[in-house]
Amino acid sequence: MEGKEILKGINLEVKAGEVHAIMGPNGSGKSTLANILAGKTDYEILEGEVTFQGQDLLELSPEVRSRSGIFLSFQYPVEIPGVPMINFLKASVNEHRKFKGLEPLTAGEFLKLMRAKKDMLHLDSELTNRSVNEGFSGGEKKKNEIFQMAMLEPKLAILDETDSGLDIDALRIVAEGVNALKTPENATILVTHYQRLLDYIVPDFVHVLYNGRIVKSGGKELAFELEEKGYDWIKNGNDQ
Amino acid sequence: MYDMENQDQLLNDITSQEYQYGFITDIDTDVIPKGLNEEVIRLISFKKKEPEFMLEFRLNAYRHWLKMKTPEWAHLKIPPIDFQETIYYAAPRTSPKYQNLDEVDPELLETFKKLGIPIEEQKHLAGVAVDVVMDSVSVTTTFKKVLAEKGIIFCSFSDALTEHPDLVRKYLGTSVPTTDNFFAALNSAVFSDGSFCYIPKGVRCPMELSTYFRINTAGTGQFERTLIIADDDSYVSYLEGCTAPKRDENQLHAAVVEIIAHDRAEVKYSTVQNWYPGDKNGLGGIYNFVTKRGICRGVSSKISWTQVETGSAITWKYPSCVLIGDNSVGEFNSVALTNHHQQADTGTKMIHIGKNTKSTIVSKGISAGKSDNSYRGLVKVMPGAINSRNYSQCDSLLLGSTCGAHTFPYIEVGNKSSIVEHEATTSKIGEDQIFYCNQRGISTEDAIGMIVNGYAREVLNKLPMEFAVEAQKLLAISLEGSVG
Ligand SMILES: Nc1ncnc2c1ncn2[C@@H]1O[C@H](COP(=O)(O)OP(=O)(O)O)[C@@H](O)[C@H]1O
Ligand SMILES: [Mg+2]
Repeated sequence: MEGKEILKGINLEVKAGEVHAIMGPNGSGKSTLANILAGKTDYEILEGEVTFQGQDLLELSPEVRSRSGIFLSFQYPVEIPGVPMINFLKASVNEHRKFKGLEPLTAGEFLKLMRAKKDMLHLDSELTNRSVNEGFSGGEKKKNEIFQMAMLEPKLAILDETDSGLDIDALRIVAEGVNALKTPENATILVTHYQRLLDYIVPDFVHVLYNGRIVKSGGKELAFELEEKGYDWIKNGNDQ
Repeated sequence: MYDMENQDQLLNDITSQEYQYGFITDIDTDVIPKGLNEEVIRLISFKKKEPEFMLEFRLNAYRHWLKMKTPEWAHLKIPPIDFQETIYYAAPRTSPKYQNLDEVDPELLETFKKLGIPIEEQKHLAGVAVDVVMDSVSVTTTFKKVLAEKGIIFCSFSDALTEHPDLVRKYLGTSVPTTDNFFAALNSAVFSDGSFCYIPKGVRCPMELSTYFRINTAGTGQFERTLIIADDDSYVSYLEGCTAPKRDENQLHAAVVEIIAHDRAEVKYSTVQNWYPGDKNGLGGIYNFVTKRGICRGVSSKISWTQVETGSAITWKYPSCVLIGDNSVGEFNSVALTNHHQQADTGTKMIHIGKNTKSTIVSKGISAGKSDNSYRGLVKVMPGAINSRNYSQCDSLLLGSTCGAHTFPYIEVGNKSSIVEHEATTSKIGEDQIFYCNQRGISTEDAIGMIVNGYAREVLNKLPMEFAVEAQKLLAISLEGSVG
């Protein structure tokens, strides 16, 4: 992107039912990875391939990736003034249904589904009456991302720093939501800067991203090690 | 609140790239030869069996028009118009009027159906009285009875001339004088028909009054005249919508709308304009030169203009309010969308004359393709209009980099106690917003429709429900093909 090479060596396999955590210092390329998986077009992919359920992911438009089951919880969810959340979500849910050959939900069915998911996440019901993310606090934006995830039930959820900027209560709500949505059929990639989130969501694998490379992979204990020794530990090992 | 069901519907409804209403009705028409002179004006007046004062009004306007020139101050490229090439009168020959829908020319009914005009019984139940203007002569009027019980007069202009000549004579030209401008003078000379509405003292009109305009005959100029009078303590909400069949030659449209509001009366006038905008290459399309003005004559009276403009090759239109009565209020809410080669120069004038008068302007321009979109507004506070207020907000939204958006606000404040505020913003649809929608499974085209509707929401919310839905649909449809 703009002549800058961000990601250099990523080799990652995520299977159904697994939770992977990707950790790394600021600027290491975590969001870039998440965006590329979701299909953001400002990046040029020089080489590499991404396979999702037997399909070449890089061939698919972002909307088709979404409908195929990839969900990105944005690090910085964007505001869309004047568009009520409820309309936005209904359009989204019905696009997903159309893709699966299902009839669109009626207003009644949709409201029912929404209520169920809100209850599950202990979400303030007022949020959906407001415009998409407009004037939401940082925490509200993140909760709103998880709410959308709950509505769409993705195969692969990528949560880009969904934990940052949350107080402990919000963090717990978000984590509970993620846990509640976990099934043997879907997978989660948790992108995080802090180990804190992993107290609530236990990953099967932890990967450390540094300078666009996965420099270390391991089980959940790797996260504790990182917490203890800090990112310098990784930096020192890799800068030489 | 938005109706999410309908909003959804509209985003899903978008299928065709082409102008939806591009069909031509084959109806036997009574046409006066093209061209304009005193004889033609006399002929129009004669055919319409008008009272003498009406012919005088027309001839005065015509004589004045001869001395006028087409205005050149707008930010528009207007090709020269040959006024001798225009037909000034065409009426469907199938008169007289029908009492029953079965009697109506089936072709015409088909046309109405395609336009989705609520003329069938179920639609009547929805509470919309429709005065359909088809090529100048009102073909059918509904709900007249219900209105008559309240003493409300809502009829074609021609009928008003026959049945209420004194009212017409008293008010015609008092809001927009024949000499006001080139196009208003032309309209005054040749207008063929239109709508007339009078709300008596103390009456709240129980339903939205609605007129759909439609140009049909090839080469016919459409010169509509609307006159709305709200007497003391009355209220009316008036809707104007229009669609025109697709034609390749340009067609001229020069309408005049006059509103008069007496003491404490309120008039809401809403327009959804989607005359044929021309094709992708700028071929064809309607030239829309409209003069709309409301006079708040009475104390605490209120006139509000709400418009959604998506059509016409050229739009030249400044619905204005003259606030004469103390404490009177004027409002202008506008969404103007231009795409391809469309040009729009639109805005408003708020003239504060009475004390404590208030006006609000909300203008949302949306430009795409190679189009040009200008807001032009005048806020004038006269010295005697003490303690007056105006707030103006003019936003422009750009799609792509080949279109233009311009703002020309003129402000003149004649006293020290009045406050005039003006805010303006220009923005582009963010890639981030589109990607966010994409990531939720929404296509780029639908995303743009959604974002644009969100941007225009403040104005759309001012429209009556049925109209808001149509307007949202139009905004999305009008932007089709504007993104790769
Ligand atoms: N749009 C962009 N243009 C140029 N460089 C970018 C852009 N986005 C990210 N980068 C750069 O790519 C690197 C990785 O960024 P990012 O993926 O956001 O990191 P992280 O999410 O791990 O903090 C950083 O050096 C950042 O400055
Ligand atoms: Mg990041």
